[in-house]
Amino acid sequence: MTAAMTALHVTAGTGISAIGLGVAQTLAALRDRRTGLERCDFAGITHGYAGSVAGVQTHALPPALAAYDCRNNRLIDMALRTDGVADAIMSARAHYGAGRIGVVMGTSTSGVLASEDAFCAMDAQGRLPAHFDYEHTQDLFSLARYVRAALDLGGPALCVSMACASSSRAFMDAAYLIRAGLCDAVVVGGADSLCRMTLRGFAALELVSAQPCRPCDASRDGISIGEAAGIVLLERADGRAVSGPPAGFRAAVLGYGASSDGHHMSTPHPHGAGAVLAMQRALQSARLPVDAIDYINLHGTGTRANDAMEDKAVGTLFGAQVPCSSTKGWTGHTLGACGVLEAMICALAIEHGFMPGCLGVDEVDPAFRTDVLTGNVTRPVHHVMSNAFGFGGANCSLIFGKAA
Amino acid sequence: MRVWISGLAVLADGMAGWEPARAILRGEAAWQPTPCALPPPATLAPNERRRTSPIVRLAMTVAGEACAAAGCDPAKVHNVFGSSNGDGMVVNTILQALADPTAGVSPTQFHNSVHNAAAGYWTIGSQSHQPVACFGGYDWSWGFSLLQAAAEAVVEEKTVLLCVYDMTMPQPLAQKRPTQGTFGVGLVLSPHPVPHAPAVLDMEYGPEGAADTALTLPDAQTTAALRALCHDNPAARCLPLLAAIAQGGMHEIRVAGDVGHVAIKVTPC
Repeated sequence: MTAAMTALHVTAGTGISAIGLGVAQTLAALRDRRTGLERCDFAGITHGYAGSVAGVQTHALPPALAAYDCRNNRLIDMALRTDGVADAIMSARAHYGAGRIGVVMGTSTSGVLASEDAFCAMDAQGRLPAHFDYEHTQDLFSLARYVRAALDLGGPALCVSMACASSSRAFMDAAYLIRAGLCDAVVVGGADSLCRMTLRGFAALELVSAQPCRPCDASRDGISIGEAAGIVLLERADGRAVSGPPAGFRAAVLGYGASSDGHHMSTPHPHGAGAVLAMQRALQSARLPVDAIDYINLHGTGTRANDAMEDKAVGTLFGAQVPCSSTKGWTGHTLGACGVLEAMICALAIEHGFMPGCLGVDEVDPAFRTDVLTGNVTRPVHHVMSNAFGFGGANCSLIFGKAA
Repeated sequence: MRVWISGLAVLADGMAGWEPARAILRGEAAWQPTPCALPPPATLAPNERRRTSPIVRLAMTVAGEACAAAGCDPAKVHNVFGSSNGDGMVVNTILQALADPTAGVSPTQFHNSVHNAAAGYWTIGSQSHQPVACFGGYDWSWGFSLLQAAAEAVVEEKTVLLCVYDMTMPQPLAQKRPTQGTFGVGLVLSPHPVPHAPAVLDMEYGPEGAADTALTLPDAQTTAALRALCHDNPAARCLPLLAAIAQGGMHEIRVAGDVGHVAIKVTPC
């Protein structure tokens, strides 16, 4: 059982990925069904396809925060500067006070690319380069500290790291901070950037497709790895009146649910028992029946096992009634950032009344029994569920509704 | 926020459980940093057990002992795990492999490198379907994980197992992130009064910077040695709170949290 919750509001939000920076570019790519995946060409790794964010290599952090410079913190800084989200957070800070705004970020590998480069540059005596700053780059907390420092916030701060469920779970932990009275608002988000560790690690597990990933396709054969960052400002419903032009997207967070598979480190439970529990708990917490959900944004990674498990789990709860799709054909699997990136996609679906059908699917797996969309559908969308499942058997489902 | 401690466990160099730790923290025994044994987790099947690294064994041992001390079913509690460095050994090994064009990345090492690996094995071993959160907070992992675990307990009205752990970082990563010793702590937190709870904690977050409350024990030498451990291992920063519980009486403790702090009032039950 998850305690029923009062809705929290996303009063500003954005995301950046291979399909673009922010709401307008993301919406256009989804509507045009234009993928951001390209042949991988990163740090000498050329296997499969990857989704990289344009401009990250040349983006510079503010000079005062130069110690934090790494690909992951550049991504989150780019997100902060997209759609006016940092300005919207500044306005909340002026209202609540810096000490009442927390920061909860999700990431799986933080700035590990900086360590990879440092290990490659190790000298003959085994010394890492003097300029390599572990604390402000690879360390998990560097992402949350960066956001805190860039926005001059003083509330509690944490990085959630539970593989691909990281930034979905960050919404829950932010909600706890607000509902326990510790914060009036929380900056929630996540970033995961391309690095050798994930590209070669997933390749070692033989989970990377040689083609752009095709979630739910009968011949799907693995993931494409992407990078992304997303930021939202989560506030109490009775927090403050928000005026002015929207900063990115708005939405209501109506419910959340988490569970563990308790089954295997890297293989999902075959019947999706943990996934069913996470979705059930999210519905309970939102006090919504299954037929209130109009669209499900699947975790939908494109591996044989994960998609089959999710189809079973969604089918168990929703039957064949609810349209569902994965958007990873556009962005690639952005790992710890996928929850917050897909939260933006869910909000766009609600605001603009459309559902993005899976990209690149020739034939939906005939064994699937859910209503998998393969083309975009225009229709009013009120309530959306977003799923994320990570290594270690960590599952998290979020339910979004219309912005208040 | 108010939470009752219903179970406590410690596994650290020279502290092979809460009872020996309690004696040291009360000044009844001396502390010797004898390396602690990290037992293979009996709850896992042999093939899974073989894959567990020392830090997974550390986390699983304190998690299991804390639940046993609280008399609660490990499959029923919510779980919050906190660690600064996660499995530094596995990450270090993968980084070495990635820098070597001739070496491959081991699939098992890769899936063990995720920060939630210990929590994953814990839920597999306890066949738990309950929620897990896994945090990293650099030197402040203990204080922030405790705050978050208490918030989850109070908001969800659920018993929450908090497990915080860190271990010696290997070379060469240790050049940049020195971490010494083995330290794991487990607390079972209840949002409601429980029989036999040693203490109740009232917790608040303060946005002002503050230093950790310094550990002070009856013996000056032990105090100095354990203060060094608090400095060298982020999980050991729980020691001032554990000492307050061990010594009894009311205490007010501050745990530093980067720019802010966590304030804890400890009241014996």
